[in-house]
Amino acid sequence: MNLQQSFRLALKSLGASKLRSFLTMLGIIIGVAAVIIIVSLMSSLTNYVISTFEDMGANLITVSISGRGGNRSVSPEEMQELALDNPDIIGYISPSLSVPATAKVGNTNVTLQATGVNEYYDEIKQQTLQAGRSLFFTDINERSKNCVIGTYLVKELFDGQNPLEQTLSVNGVAFTVVGVLEETANSSSFGSDNALLIPYTTAKQIGRGNISTYSVSAATKDTIDAANDLLERFLLGKFDSDDYFTLIDQAAIIEELNKLIGMMTTMLVGIAAVSLLVGGIGVMNIMLVSVTERTREIGIRKSLGATPWDILGQFLVEACVTSGIGGIIGIGLGIGGASIAANLIGIPFTLSVPSILVAFSVSAAIGIGFGYFPARKASRLNPIDALRYE
Amino acid sequence: MIRLTDIYKIYSDGDSEIRALDGISLHVEKGEFVAIVGSSGSGKSTCMNIIGCLDVPTSGTYQLDGIDVSTMHEKELAHVRNQRLGFVFQQYNLIPKLNVIENVELPLLYRGVPSAERRKMALEALDRVGIADRAKKLPTQLSGGQQQRVSIARALAGQPPVILADEPTGALDSKTGREVLEFMKQLHREGNTIVLITHDNSIAEEIPRVVRIHDGIITSDTRKEAEA
Repeated sequence: MNLQQSFRLALKSLGASKLRSFLTMLGIIIGVAAVIIIVSLMSSLTNYVISTFEDMGANLITVSISGRGGNRSVSPEEMQELALDNPDIIGYISPSLSVPATAKVGNTNVTLQATGVNEYYDEIKQQTLQAGRSLFFTDINERSKNCVIGTYLVKELFDGQNPLEQTLSVNGVAFTVVGVLEETANSSSFGSDNALLIPYTTAKQIGRGNISTYSVSAATKDTIDAANDLLERFLLGKFDSDDYFTLIDQAAIIEELNKLIGMMTTMLVGIAAVSLLVGGIGVMNIMLVSVTERTREIGIRKSLGATPWDILGQFLVEACVTSGIGGIIGIGLGIGGASIAANLIGIPFTLSVPSILVAFSVSAAIGIGFGYFPARKASRLNPIDALRYE
Repeated sequence: MIRLTDIYKIYSDGDSEIRALDGISLHVEKGEFVAIVGSSGSGKSTCMNIIGCLDVPTSGTYQLDGIDVSTMHEKELAHVRNQRLGFVFQQYNLIPKLNVIENVELPLLYRGVPSAERRKMALEALDRVGIADRAKKLPTQLSGGQQQRVSIARALAGQPPVILADEPTGALDSKTGREVLEFMKQLHREGNTIVLITHDNSIAEEIPRVVRIHDGIITSDTRKEAEA
């Protein structure tokens, strides 16, 4: 008896009890689909998060200085000098001074964090302007009352009208809008569209605070580590201890995120794997019932010359066909489900090919693994007893 | 063709032991038609199982078609059943979800005969029993007599040297039983070796050689030379 015949026989006996075969497959279908949906969604999410972070500037290093009781600090000029001395390692440095602000036009106001920056900030954050100009060195030098705003503020304060050369009051001080940042996040209040950039020199006056945060861009992606080391040495020289400052580079954040998402994926796949296991036990259960029901058939086949191997093969193929068909349907459902879910969540869909291969091999392995025990039971039946079985 | 020598089959159940066959020697020549007759519990079923290679004796030797099968393993016994024996059962034992021709093809399938040849041999066998026109029907769509013919066709399909019939008329009414018996006789006239197991004396009377078994031993072995 060859393999092709075994397959036809298996399909035939599955077709003989369609509802039962379908319910058996359902366990496998759900398990495989769950694994694919979870893995694909998680890898879509990972790709989305990483690309978002890369958009924010993959070379970005954020320096936070907690100071040392305020008596020693780092001035923006010192930082600038460091950048100029190491052009191969550091691209640009900009202060990033957050000032709680109320921006007001007419009777409309928005509460947000204004950011005091220098002329390099756009470059560091890799932001482009959709209108007007960015802040210039002269704005910084003259402590001008010019500002660059994000599209969220254009929407909220200017009703979407052209805001250039319009006046905007920040904590009661009148500013002129000179530029608008390119929209990146649907003009929502979360994200980089909710931005109000002013010269850091002006921000210092309004906020009366020290500059504790700098945004630094490495010259290239490859010099991130070198830039980190350089900044660390420089700041250690200033503060004697690394308790007083923190360096966070974007790559490290991405790595952390990757780790986090990886852990979540593992956990969710574990849960999905349990459902696959339950599906496999379902296959075994049905095959055991099927062996008992077909005891007489097994006896007949044996009396006609079927070897134990023939019988084993017949039931194994049947179990494999059941879980194989279930696996294929599950893959279809999984891909469809994952792409629909990705659409609903609003992230670009990335298909995880390894998850499909793994899910399918697992479902085939379930067929063999969980089918083997019932199949062996069938093959070992004594033909005389099996023939007498009613 | 069949040569049983000092066959014992002993089932031991803890302390007690049951001697289902208590030293049986039997020799069946090629072309003979033998009835093994006995009441229930006489050992005739055990005898049939051993002749049918469904079971092995506790001791003694069994030569079938010149080969010693008494010490064979399950896999080898399966091959012997497949190639040298054709079974006809009381309950027909057709597989309900396979149609008539697929049932007849089964022994050929396990023998590894290619599909086209298998179909041809099965059709020939069905033709011999006169129900080739029912080839695509399911067994449940046939009458008892027709089902028994299918099972005879199945036994004939592989042209085995020995046909073994276990109460082939037991489940049939007397008229169809009669027909089946006549058909077996015809097979015998065509040169087939047939061993028939029965408890029914009226059937046994029509068979050229009758072996009676009681309590695991052969009590008589008579031939009617005239009819042979």
